[in-house]
Amino acid sequence: MAKPEEVKYTKTHEYVLPGAEATVGISDHAQHEMGDVVFVELPKVGQKLEKEKPCAVVESVKSAFDIYAPVSGEVTAVNDAVTGEPALLNQSPLEKGWLFKLKPSNPGEADALMDWAAYQEFVKQAAH
Amino acid sequence: MTCSAKLDNRLSIEKSDAGRRGLFCKNPLRARAKVPANLRRKAAPRLPELAEFDVVRHYTRLSRMNFSVDTHFYPLGSCTMKYNPRFNEEAAALEGFAALHPLAHDSCSQGTLELIHDLGARLTELCGLDAITLQPAAGAHSEFTGLLLAKAYFEDKGQKERTEIIVPDSAHGTNPATASMMGFNTVNIASKPDGRLDVEELKKRLGPKTAVLMLTVPNTLGIFESNIEAIAKAVHDAGALLYMDGANLNALIGMVKPGDLGVDMMHLNFHKTFSTPHGGGGPGAGAIVCRRHLAPFLPVPTVRKEGGRYVSDFGDKRTIGKVKAFFGNTGVLVKAYAYMLAHSARELGEIAECAILNANYVAAKLKDLYPSYSKEYCMHECVLTPGPDLAAKGIKTLDVAKGLLDRGFHAPTVYFPLIVHEAIMIEPTETESKETLDEFVAAMRDIHAEGSANPQALKDAPVTQPVKRLDEVQAARQPNLRW
Repeated sequence: MAKPEEVKYTKTHEYVLPGAEATVGISDHAQHEMGDVVFVELPKVGQKLEKEKPCAVVESVKSAFDIYAPVSGEVTAVNDAVTGEPALLNQSPLEKGWLFKLKPSNPGEADALMDWAAYQEFVKQAAH
Repeated sequence: MTCSAKLDNRLSIEKSDAGRRGLFCKNPLRARAKVPANLRRKAAPRLPELAEFDVVRHYTRLSRMNFSVDTHFYPLGSCTMKYNPRFNEEAAALEGFAALHPLAHDSCSQGTLELIHDLGARLTELCGLDAITLQPAAGAHSEFTGLLLAKAYFEDKGQKERTEIIVPDSAHGTNPATASMMGFNTVNIASKPDGRLDVEELKKRLGPKTAVLMLTVPNTLGIFESNIEAIAKAVHDAGALLYMDGANLNALIGMVKPGDLGVDMMHLNFHKTFSTPHGGGGPGAGAIVCRRHLAPFLPVPTVRKEGGRYVSDFGDKRTIGKVKAFFGNTGVLVKAYAYMLAHSARELGEIAECAILNANYVAAKLKDLYPSYSKEYCMHECVLTPGPDLAAKGIKTLDVAKGLLDRGFHAPTVYFPLIVHEAIMIEPTETESKETLDEFVAAMRDIHAEGSANPQALKDAPVTQPVKRLDEVQAARQPNLRW
């Protein structure tokens, strides 16, 4: 299981666990803010994603939220378990509730994202 | 306040008793013989068999379980749940309007055509714009029509590369939804901490690909976009169009003409600003009001005055065509027209003044317990939060909303706008009296007291309604859509 410190974060609250096959999901903070997730729509395997463009939808009892690709790349796997049981996203956003994996087309992109300390600070700032 | 009608889950068909009737056909076989054999059903339709009295009781009981504008204060933010004057209904029921066949020739429809023409003229004047269509069936349909106009306009100018619609993050969800339905790409802009559109960020995002900025004025935080002239200039400098979401026009009506602010087109929701019934109360109606350069693309027919007569105008090839049959939902237009005629120009301005005063009154009376998102005076609606005391007790906005049901009020809009954490969005409208607002304030303060002393009691609300707290999560995750 990825630790919060190992992943990189976007300002739109997605995380990416960098690697040859990078794992993408939403942060624990994001799932908490959304509330109970009731529906998840994921991209298709083979789909080419562009950084910061909408690529998935997460719907909670409060609203529907676009998920933006944290880095560019081609989708290699999607988490079918989370579409069948959206509660996984609330229970375990970093482990069982990951959304999809992709092969980054520009591996350097993840370096520009926030690390754990910067993200915590970002969330704290946004609360004010 | 306890609802006296009890929940009975049975549908009318479950109460059906074979052979029971409200009306008896004296000679069913003779009636049947008149229907050609090939058009007759093989088996009887499965309809509820009930006496007239059973049906009356069934629906009357259901209606008594309902919250409505006619029974309760309904402070649903962004929805403008104002009173629907009965005078409107009388006007719409006049035989000349109600019995007109939609295919009747112009010469037989002069009254309705005159009404459409005059209503259109008054609304374009009110908006400070040049042309109008009254064909759309409601607000979101109007938005769709507006973007169809924009698309046709840019195609006519040979600018097919304009494929982006800019939408602030405080927008109504219908704005990005409309853009997506039209095949445009949505560009989202974060609001500034004061809730307004970030003009510098807007300038960075505007470019040769921008078609339209969709801006709600005042925005969904109930704040006036005071930079709108600079916004309009930036949009026009980029060759794009400024679309105003007119859902919140109740805050501006009669006081500001959006056209004077630089708006190119906007929509109107008659069920909001112009006091026609919402959704379940009948069909809706909307309008797109626009500048002269967009007029040739408007849906047809429109109404033109020729000499002393009114005629249907089918435009030329540039029109986007029809978005709804005939002239739209004309019965609703009659109600909106009646409402406009019932107010002088000065009184239309007073609608906005009273709506703004009422929203600020509620915000001021509650600010010690439910802090406002904005530090400024609001416009026609205020966005509150449960505040630190209730948050410390684990009380959420949803609990406050459910607590209001037990106290005889419809819940406000909650968790919108999305950019406000635990938002409670209250729009009293101008039609509520100070006494009603005071009762509402007292209920909100009572909820605060209950939530502080006995949070579990509030978490269990509602307890006086036909159903207790529903499991929204279960309902959404595993919806049971079959009866």
